[in-house]
Amino acid sequence: MKQTISFTLNGNSVTVESHPMQPLLYALREDADAPGTKYGCGEGECGACTVILNDELVMSCLVPVVQAEGARVETIEGLANADELHAVQQAFLESGGAQCGICTPGMIMAGVHHLRHPERAPGGVPEALEGNLCRCTGYTRIFTAMKRAKEILSAGGTGS
Amino acid sequence: MRSFGYAEAENAQGLAAALGKGYRIKAGGIDLLDMMKERIDKSERIVSITGMTELRGIKERDGGVAIGALTTLNEIARDETLRKAFPALPDTVCNAATPQVREVATIAGNILQRPRCWFFRQAEYNCLRKSGQACYAVAGDNTYHSIYPMGACHITHPSNIAPALVAVGAQIIASDGKNPKSYDIRDFFLTPEQDLKRENKLPQNEFITEIFLPKMPEKSAYVEVKEKQSFDWPLAACVATYADKKWSIILAHVAPVPLRATLAENVVGEKADIDENLALQAAEAAVKTAQPMAYNGFRVHLAKAVVRRALLKACGKDFHA
Ligand SMILES: Cc1cc2nc3c(=O)[nH]c(=O)nc-3n(C[C@H](O)[C@H](O)[C@H](O)COP(=O)(O)OP(=O)(O)OC[C@H]3O[C@@H](n4cnc5c(N)ncnc54)[C@H](O)[C@@H]3O)c2cc1C
Ligand code: FES
Ligand code: FES
Repeated sequence: MKQTISFTLNGNSVTVESHPMQPLLYALREDADAPGTKYGCGEGECGACTVILNDELVMSCLVPVVQAEGARVETIEGLANADELHAVQQAFLESGGAQCGICTPGMIMAGVHHLRHPERAPGGVPEALEGNLCRCTGYTRIFTAMKRAKEILSAGGTGS
Repeated sequence: MRSFGYAEAENAQGLAAALGKGYRIKAGGIDLLDMMKERIDKSERIVSITGMTELRGIKERDGGVAIGALTTLNEIARDETLRKAFPALPDTVCNAATPQVREVATIAGNILQRPRCWFFRQAEYNCLRKSGQACYAVAGDNTYHSIYPMGACHITHPSNIAPALVAVGAQIIASDGKNPKSYDIRDFFLTPEQDLKRENKLPQNEFITEIFLPKMPEKSAYVEVKEKQSFDWPLAACVATYADKKWSIILAHVAPVPLRATLAENVVGEKADIDENLALQAAEAAVKTAQPMAYNGFRVHLAKAVVRRALLKACGKDFHA
């Protein structure tokens, strides 16, 4: 049975009609018109679907949409500010941190979360991003991008 | 899509009533949703307990520590009390799975997660654990299966945190909505010989409220070996703790239950300080009863290595590989 579920998506309130156990990922892509978050495996094995839910990094393929009721959801669509990219996006662009791009939205959300909460990953960027697989880049350029993102931020770039 | 009923429990009474109607609990949902997507778990009614915030948190109590059933793996990994008093416990989970999983997965869900056997996890294989006729690991690829035979099915127990709880003799506190129940974790898990279809004793009408650790050990260490740094269950792991002149040596990911290495415990006896030689003897004793299958003989060596390293690490000594 469908249910009405409301949450804020990147600061805007949205309401979807959905079965409560429907993965948040599908609700975002199909009902909330936010297809930036990607489907990789659907089983918690890749991190492509990573979003920020109430300040926690989660895999939206394994979070039932009902868990987002009243919550704050942040996705790749909400990062850029008018026509200025978020520091992590800008850094991925400059450093070649994306190739095919399927992992990129999830990877960037994990990167953004890490810059907000560096204390949660004492091992630094590799540890913070260990839940996100990338089959293309070999990770080196992603690590370079994260370094660059910190530079952009300390130079006063957009990002929070 | 299959449709099913969904409810949210707000308190113990509500949850007990839902369980009475055959509802199945969803905590973090990491294992349950995976099992449902694979069409292995065919539950028709789901009750979420994430709203029962009284089940979340870590408290010192009666000389021990109580961990609420809904406490997440990340909360355990970052807890300062546990980090000081029982470092092996946060160590079992701080590298388990991935940051995203640890943020959501709960301690109760972790010890109750179903086995990762790749035959069991695919609906196409109607294996013994799913009421079929055969354990496909016997003739198939058994790289990740048990190296200690305990019946006709050869799963390994998948929980990272369970061996640490077994080491200190934790109590599992459960409830049926009316009365509290207590299970000694040391005989909570069931071998395939005891029951082919269930991995533990918790009845369908009860739910876990907390895990109580009666006493913190004087020494503790956790050592694991895995193929990948993340996304992966260990190939073998060991928790060693020392309290009241006794060692507990618990092997994980090598048998259908977290395995107490009694033969190894006998070798080290009361000795608080263990040297390289004694650690090696204990490790050899721990794998004496191992009987690997066609493809997993290498994990006997890994089991031996983790026992030796855990004992030395618990005694503050370096170990070389
Ligand atoms: C990519 C990946 C890698 C992983 N790697 C590891 C690893 O290295 N080590 C490891 O240990 N785990 C690993 N896991 C498994 C993960 O840790 C478990 O799936 C998770 O801990 C389950 O907890 P949950 O709260 O999500 O449980 P749920 O999925 O909500 O529940 C699991 C089971 O427990 C029952 N249940 C939950 N809470 C209660 C309660 N309070 N009372 C009664 N019944 C209850 C449910 O009914 C269900 O049967 C991994 C998972 C993934 C996806
Ligand atoms: S799609 Fe969610 S983890 Fe792969
Ligand atoms: S860019 Fe292709 S998977 Fe990461």
